[in-house]
Amino acid sequence: MAISRTHELHSRRLGRNVGVSLALGGLVVVVFALTVVKVTETGPVEGFDHVVRPALELKAQ
Amino acid sequence: MSDTTVIPGGREAGFGDYVALLKPRVMSLVIFTAFVGLLVAPMGVHPVVGFCAILFIAIGAGASGALNMWWDEDIDRVMKRTAGRPIPSGRVEAHEALEIGLALSGLSVVMLALSTNLAAAGLLAFTIFFYAVIYSMWLKRSTPQNIVIGGAAGAFPPMIGWVAATGSVSVEAVLMFLLIFMWTPPHFWALALFMKSDYHNADVPMLTVTHGHDATRRHILVYTLLLFPVSLALALSSIGGPVTLVAAILLSGWFFLGAWSIFRRDTETAVSDKYAVEKRVFRFSLLYLFLHFGALLVDATLRTLGWGIW
Repeated sequence: MAISRTHELHSRRLGRNVGVSLALGGLVVVVFALTVVKVTETGPVEGFDHVVRPALELKAQ
Repeated sequence: MSDTTVIPGGREAGFGDYVALLKPRVMSLVIFTAFVGLLVAPMGVHPVVGFCAILFIAIGAGASGALNMWWDEDIDRVMKRTAGRPIPSGRVEAHEALEIGLALSGLSVVMLALSTNLAAAGLLAFTIFFYAVIYSMWLKRSTPQNIVIGGAAGAFPPMIGWVAATGSVSVEAVLMFLLIFMWTPPHFWALALFMKSDYHNADVPMLTVTHGHDATRRHILVYTLLLFPVSLALALSSIGGPVTLVAAILLSGWFFLGAWSIFRRDTETAVSDKYAVEKRVFRFSLLYLFLHFGALLVDATLRTLGWGIW
């Protein structure tokens, strides 16, 4: 059965849920923005990937 | 299944009650000083990285505030100034504050390490530990020097901001730390003078309770004097400048005059005008810190524009 009468308590719970959602959503945005900045600032990355990389060997010499 | 649910304390917490656990007013000072520390550093950081650094320093400060409220629940209940806080007023349960405090501490330290560097994250972790354990659990209830040593916790944010940008501690960072460190005792003792019965009832050994008002008035004067050379050294350092120098002289002079008038009064006079001078100096001390760090920011801007003198 659906609740037909709302109480002041319900609005407080709604406020809490909205607040937590916004905080979590904000954290996701912050982490995403930080990742974009870190990745673009580091520049192109060449790492070990199980095959011979002549470019890396040339650089090492 | 029961048909009714009893909410302990009679009132379920709203989102704002959890925000109040993080001491937003203290947080504003932390955000501002950390922001200045980060901005006056010689190495610039990407705006997003800078924003993240300030955000996680602020969350770390808030976390230590929640841990402090969890531990000090019994004192807060007795003192008039703190009786309205979320835990003593029954809106949030003590264990919730502990859980939020621990979770946010972990989150802020890890995220600061990922966004800036390990040194800054280490300093933040130490600050939270210092405020929650060294100050709240140990010093606050055991020595009248509680706020002198405990003030270090509030002094770390600009240093963390600086380290987040540069990766290491330097003279300038230490001077910013010292400015807040020397400023904290006269600021809190001015408050304690007109809150005496509060600390007395809660059995907190503030200087006003253990050594009386006259000794506290002397201490305020001495610390305000000691603050002057620190403020001057900061103005003459590489992050200072003409604006900071003028601010240092004017603000310190003004603060000293306030401390002098507190020193010249006795409790009888203070009671008769309801601690008007003490309240005025307390309010001015907040302005002192905002304006002093604001002056550093103005000088940093002048340097960026090429108008720096030193």
